[in-house]
Amino acid sequence: MNSLRKYIDKNKPLFQKGGKFEKLGSTFGAFETFLFTPNHTAKSGSHIHDVIDLKRTMIVVVLALLPALLFGCWNVGYQNGLAFGIERSLLGHFFFGFWKFLPLFIVSYVVGLGIEFASAQIRGHEVNEGYLVTGILIPLIIPINTPLWMLALAVAFAVIFGKEIFGGTGYNIMNVALIARAFLFFAYPSEMSGDKVWIYGLPDQAAIDGFSGATPLAQLAQGATQNMASMSDLFMGFIPGSIGETSKLAILIGAAILLFTGIASWKIMLSTVIGVLSIGLLCNAFALNEYMAVPAYYHLLIGGFAFGAVFMATDPVTAPHTERGKWIYGFMIGAFVVLIRVFNPAYPEGMMLAILLMNVWSPLIDYFVVQSHIKHRQKRFLVKKNA
Amino acid sequence: MSNTIRIKKGLDIKLQGKAELVVETPLSSATFAIKPSDFKGLVPKLSVKADDIVKAGTPIIHDKYNPEIQFVSPVSGKVVNINRGDHRMILEVIIESDNKNDSIEFNVSGWKSAGREEIIKQLLDSGLWPYIIQRPFGLIAKPSDTPRDIFVSGFDSAPLAPDFDFIVGTETAAFQTGLEVLSKLTSGKVFLGLRNGSKLSSMKGVEINYFEGPHPAGNVGIQIHHLKPIDKGINVWTLSPQAVLFIGRLFTNGKLDFSETIAITGSEVKSPCYLKTISGAEINSLVAGRTKKEVNERIISGNVLTGVKSDSNGYLGFYHNQITVIPEGDNYEFMGWAMPRFNKFSVSRAYFSWLNPGKKYRADANLNGEERAYVMTGQYEKVLPMEILPVHLIKAIIAEDFDKMEQLGIHEVIEEDMALCEYVCTSKIEVQQILRKGISMVVKELG
Repeated sequence: MNSLRKYIDKNKPLFQKGGKFEKLGSTFGAFETFLFTPNHTAKSGSHIHDVIDLKRTMIVVVLALLPALLFGCWNVGYQNGLAFGIERSLLGHFFFGFWKFLPLFIVSYVVGLGIEFASAQIRGHEVNEGYLVTGILIPLIIPINTPLWMLALAVAFAVIFGKEIFGGTGYNIMNVALIARAFLFFAYPSEMSGDKVWIYGLPDQAAIDGFSGATPLAQLAQGATQNMASMSDLFMGFIPGSIGETSKLAILIGAAILLFTGIASWKIMLSTVIGVLSIGLLCNAFALNEYMAVPAYYHLLIGGFAFGAVFMATDPVTAPHTERGKWIYGFMIGAFVVLIRVFNPAYPEGMMLAILLMNVWSPLIDYFVVQSHIKHRQKRFLVKKNA
Repeated sequence: MSNTIRIKKGLDIKLQGKAELVVETPLSSATFAIKPSDFKGLVPKLSVKADDIVKAGTPIIHDKYNPEIQFVSPVSGKVVNINRGDHRMILEVIIESDNKNDSIEFNVSGWKSAGREEIIKQLLDSGLWPYIIQRPFGLIAKPSDTPRDIFVSGFDSAPLAPDFDFIVGTETAAFQTGLEVLSKLTSGKVFLGLRNGSKLSSMKGVEINYFEGPHPAGNVGIQIHHLKPIDKGINVWTLSPQAVLFIGRLFTNGKLDFSETIAITGSEVKSPCYLKTISGAEINSLVAGRTKKEVNERIISGNVLTGVKSDSNGYLGFYHNQITVIPEGDNYEFMGWAMPRFNKFSVSRAYFSWLNPGKKYRADANLNGEERAYVMTGQYEKVLPMEILPVHLIKAIIAEDFDKMEQLGIHEVIEEDMALCEYVCTSKIEVQQILRKGISMVVKELG
């Protein structure tokens, strides 16, 4: 490691102000700090600091995403096998899916990080770690058949207009990965919904008889409730869907990692579930049609709810920054998911729109929480003064 | 009347190098210093010239805008040097001790019947006044103010903090005298915050409250918040136990005695213990030969959260009863963010310190990452046991929004109260510096 360190130190001046490659300073810095935690020491205030930093935080989230990613790759192969009657081994399914997933992953990272590096350089900042997570989230929430150019366009749109124009990681208003998803959803609806987009190869080739490729969500929206996947299939994830969203088990493992490490807010996760169950039960109580009668807990297992609740609603930047606000925010997301799914036939999936809507509302939620906090502070002071 | 207040939020950072309850005698310090930088917002004016002969109690500098507030020599001897920095700013006034410890004599015989004004005059003349810190803002109290109450926290909960029960030791009578003197300064009460079982529970004439729970339970600001909060337009005064002791000694025998017991702590100290020294002593006299010298060391006057970085040529801080020596940590770590880091503490379980809850750490001064915009939320709230939204307060300061700063409670906090927020911050925001900037803005705005 010493020789590597020496090599970096030797070349560092080239990338600093006045150096030959000054314009690549941020890029150099990103790689340097990736390889070596810097030797910066405390200058003011506290002399010691917790070892947590944004790099570690992001890497833990990436780690938490891995089960969903690995299962998603396998499921791509498995669903393809079902559709065309192809038998493969466990690893066979996995690698089939992995090679289909890899290009999406690479395009997402290359385009996103490219823009991230360039804008850091333009601003003269360090490269921020935010995209490490966004870059994995995006390919996990799109159909496997998404064309690469479309993905590249969506990533570029999301990173530039969803994040960089606001000032970069930490300043964005809406979840960047969901902006990419929403961009695709509204710009290329035929590639993003329907029964054929979820299974690799299905758009070009006819499936064997009896295989539809419809997601459980679509089946529910179409009223085809009799052919629904079993509860265990829904939970384990043996169903068509976006790459990362199908297995609730894999997502729960991720949730466990995020909650145990303390990186994601349990308040948000819990309150989204409460939101879904309350509105779901309300629908059950006044069930006027078949969809309203679908058991409330079903909403937790279908579509992108679980993935969104664990990995996207909990994005600390776009969620409310107050603890009380998080409860309201999560509950509203859960409530909106059910409302959009059940009462809006145009959109079978409600999670993306529910989170984006609440992202926009979270500053407002924070505003009210802060105002009531200020009132409470004043009142508390008056009470104690008279005591 | 006394009660116990349980502080739930906060954090005890477990570090190596807690001082044993043993007092050792350090090398004698040849010189002593008064450093204007110890006093926030002070514009100093010299009261002496180089080569002046001084006694303990001779004014060395005074406040330009409140000339009655003076800072006196802790020992008798000669002014040997006045170190100046940019724009001839006074950095240090160095006094060479003659080892006689002659003190100016004060007539304190009638203090029990003396009025408030006379007591204040005594405190100003003796140079003990600067030990009285006002809240809000944590500045030296103004003699013209009348505080609503006076608060003394009888214990320090910061990492490796000295044990004030031990420091006060046999001088409980002087401590009691000090508290009685203070009670003459306010129309309200004198509050003393203690841990359960403290020896100082026997103090009379004060309201004693007990505080349980992790740091910052010992911070006087936290105690005020939980006992009788302050807001804009309300003044209270605060003192450290050491200051109460100095005042008690003066009013007991009419002489200034700035000798104090300090703790020398930290992972790089060979045998952490207590040392008997005098306020303003050379750091070198205290640390020489006592540190391990295995790595680059950082010597801190004070504790690791709020102390001042010093070097061996420096001097003990005016308000400090502690020296901490930790590794500087100015080295690179290969892919540190990916390593398990069993030997480094984190509040989050993203590293593995949770495997070993009782472990004491050898923390260094490395930032452990680069500064970033705020991303994580809810971290500060867990270590600030106050009804304050810390991140919103910091953001109001950054935005220079005075109304918001005041509404969100800038009058209730000073740096030490939010030091843990800085410690836990994932984005490595310089919380204490930003807070002081905000406080200075508010002070300026209020005139």
